[in-house]
Amino acid sequence: MAQDMTKPRNIGDVLLNVENISIAFGGVKALDGVSFDVREHEILAIIGPNGAGKSSMLNCINGFYHPQDGIITFKGTPRQRMQTHEAAAQGIARTFQNIALFKGMSTLDNIMTGRNLKMKKNLLWQALYFGPALTEELEHRAKVEEIIDFLEIEAIRKTPVGKLPYGLQKRVELGRALAAEPDLLLLDEPMAGMNHEEKEDMCRYILDVNDEFGATIVLIEHDMSVVMDISDRVVVLDYGRKIAAGTPDEVRANQDVIDAYLGVSHD
Amino acid sequence: MSDRVPDSGRPDTFPKLLRENARVRADKPASREKDYGIWLSWTWGQVGGEIRALACGLADLGIGRGDKVAICGDNRPHLYWSMTAVQALGAVPVPVYQDSVSDEMRYIYDHAEIKFAIVENQEQVDKLLEIKDTLPHLEHIIYRFPRGMRNYDQPFLDLYTDIQDRGRAFDAANPDFYEAAVDRATGSDIAIMLYTSGTTGRPKGVMLSFDNLIITGRNGAIRENLTEDEDMLAYLPMAWIGDNIFSVAQSYVTGFCVSCPESSDTVLQDLREIGPTYFFAPPRIYESLLTTVMIRIEDAAKFKQFLFRYFMAVAGRVGIDILDGKTVAVAERVRYWFGNLLIYAPLKNVLGLSKVRVGYTAGEAIGPDIFTFYRSLGLNLKQMYASTEASVFITIHPDGDVRPETSGTPAIDVEVKVEDDGEVMFRGPGVFQAYFKDEAATHGTKTDDGWVHTGDAGYLDSEGHLHIIDRAKDVGKLNDGTLFAPKFIENKLKFFPHIKEAVAFGNDRGYVAAFINIDLESVGNWAERRNMAYMGYTDLAGLDAVYDLISDCVAQVNRDLAADEKLHGSQIRRFLILHKELDADDGELTRTRKVRRSAIADKYTDLINALYSDTDHCAVEAEVTFEDGRTDIINADLKIREAVRIAGIQAEAAE
Repeated sequence: MAQDMTKPRNIGDVLLNVENISIAFGGVKALDGVSFDVREHEILAIIGPNGAGKSSMLNCINGFYHPQDGIITFKGTPRQRMQTHEAAAQGIARTFQNIALFKGMSTLDNIMTGRNLKMKKNLLWQALYFGPALTEELEHRAKVEEIIDFLEIEAIRKTPVGKLPYGLQKRVELGRALAAEPDLLLLDEPMAGMNHEEKEDMCRYILDVNDEFGATIVLIEHDMSVVMDISDRVVVLDYGRKIAAGTPDEVRANQDVIDAYLGVSHD
Repeated sequence: MSDRVPDSGRPDTFPKLLRENARVRADKPASREKDYGIWLSWTWGQVGGEIRALACGLADLGIGRGDKVAICGDNRPHLYWSMTAVQALGAVPVPVYQDSVSDEMRYIYDHAEIKFAIVENQEQVDKLLEIKDTLPHLEHIIYRFPRGMRNYDQPFLDLYTDIQDRGRAFDAANPDFYEAAVDRATGSDIAIMLYTSGTTGRPKGVMLSFDNLIITGRNGAIRENLTEDEDMLAYLPMAWIGDNIFSVAQSYVTGFCVSCPESSDTVLQDLREIGPTYFFAPPRIYESLLTTVMIRIEDAAKFKQFLFRYFMAVAGRVGIDILDGKTVAVAERVRYWFGNLLIYAPLKNVLGLSKVRVGYTAGEAIGPDIFTFYRSLGLNLKQMYASTEASVFITIHPDGDVRPETSGTPAIDVEVKVEDDGEVMFRGPGVFQAYFKDEAATHGTKTDDGWVHTGDAGYLDSEGHLHIIDRAKDVGKLNDGTLFAPKFIENKLKFFPHIKEAVAFGNDRGYVAAFINIDLESVGNWAERRNMAYMGYTDLAGLDAVYDLISDCVAQVNRDLAADEKLHGSQIRRFLILHKELDADDGELTRTRKVRRSAIADKYTDLINALYSDTDHCAVEAEVTFEDGRTDIINADLKIREAVRIAGIQAEAAE
């Protein structure tokens, strides 16, 4: 058979290491000495109650926030301060909790913006739209069409994103993140506000992205059944601190996690 | 049964027709498919090569004469090719509805003794893997798209293109094999086996020969003057007989190109891009297109609304006469010409129907208003009366004599008669061979001299047009002896855009009562216009205002019924709006969306009892089945309304 069907999931070396990260906004400690690592090809979930610091963690990883303490090491290079575009150039892409797409632009164009960093010709060339710029545009369009096919959003290719229902907008946003061909994909509540069927679809896409594109995924999610089903490992945050980490089964059995979710008074 | 032999020398099987087309029209497109946003086409010559490679690969895997091969997935050129490849080996393709749940699949795979399955993607493979242990005959599964299949290592799974590669190697080693296999088959061999959805009981496997399909397809093409230049979009299920005639038989016979949509969600866009000249759609598609148009007109500027209404009135007066080639006053012709410029042509263009020469509808009754709407735009829409057992065509509207209330005149070589008890029967070249492994049902349906019972009640009028009233077994009587034709009443209800589905009860009861499903799009838009908040189907269906809206529709139906001398007693007395949409996954509809009366009666006994009592509400708990087989429970408290009944005309008639 031409296809290799027996390939096991190969979790690789450490791709991202987060060491002792702290960040505070005024008196609020959003993150307090959090450390964990993410290995190549794995799906890691960050869970925790509201205000636990999950989104702040993602914001630190992709350079939107600058942690006041601690070191983030991505692909072996440690960094302290980094701009978001530098993070993107290094291969980190993300989606947002409250969708951040260009509402007036079509699905196709939105996903095309995700290719921006891959385009080599300058603005002038692109404006001319012939010669090498055309060839380049066609290559990118082909890549975008692959993503559209992958996410099964052919029917909305030319629909302005603002007109789409929430679940589909989430999918388009995932498409845009994929267009950058990221090594590390950060998903902030990819399934919030979705119905059961949409969630199931999204789970499948996330697993397929991991499988077919080989992307490493860090995701934040509230739906426990989803998290337990698709993640390789789970990190639990509560009040800015890491209270547990491990496989879904280990985390499920952890007393601190149960307390955090069922609500035990904190001293 | 074939008492009509095809002209000698003409290719009498699909693989032979393919060989002919690959020779005569080698460079003409045969199949098109939109993939990655681009239309790809294959010429007849290329299709010939693809099918040959696949057939040889299947032969190498052990498929031989008489084996059954299931084919399951959306309309894809590769799946169509696989049917011909299977036929080339003398094996029988069995297309299966792609949205069937595992249990339905299991029955068909088991009953048909399927040996191989050729399926579209991971979703279909997963459904089969779930039931494979219970299917001793199933040896091999071939899938078209490798996506998501990376970690499947079962030895009986193969990729479509790998089988073709294997076939090319086999072909090189046995160069005479393929042609010899093709030559071995004849027109009287079984070409295909289709499982009818059936509103009652388990599906039956209808066996059709090459003669059935090819002669029927050719006769249909002759009647409508189809040529090799037609364009057609294949978007209806491959397991449905119509698709096998329109997209397969007639394409092979005339050589026209068949296009497959990008996905089932993009059909309307693909329709616009392809611009078919030959088009089939069940009534619900025409209805939903019209509903979309009307909703958008409501949102349009006042001047546009005025133009639309003015010119639609013109079209309503003269459009159909112009289409039928009758004499029309010059002034009206001029108005119609302007109307065409401003409204009709752009509207047809938006719907993707600009180039349609022949449009068919069948399966259910189409509302006369909807039917005349399309015809008045200049679209040559025709109804036909069709059945799997007839290889589709029984009667068709003839050009120039199209009447919305009839199903048309018999197709070429088809005879139609009505039995004394009112049942319609037919005989012709398309009559099926037998039901697979069901001698009793075959004898119950087909007489020894080739007449087939349709189970439909109807009559032929003086000009030879067939009128269908209802399923013969559904026609009943109320307690007081009044004639009760449920389908007739349901159709009248369904002709309202706000009503999607209806089920009428009344046989051996005191009066007629009905379940109603609202149309979420239409009623939802109506509610939005009135600033009414709702959370979903169940919520919307329970609103008092919606009950008022539907009540008006029911009253209108009762008014129509009151005018009918036989049916005025069967007016609807009580009705309720169901809390969920009737769904094929829950066994309430067939896969072709026909109401399964007995299943509904069993499932909703409480609701029916409530309709025949004094109560004005009824609590209901219903189980819904998702496509993957899981189930969930919905709770609701349904209101029951008394309908407005009309006595006036009855009283007048009595005077």
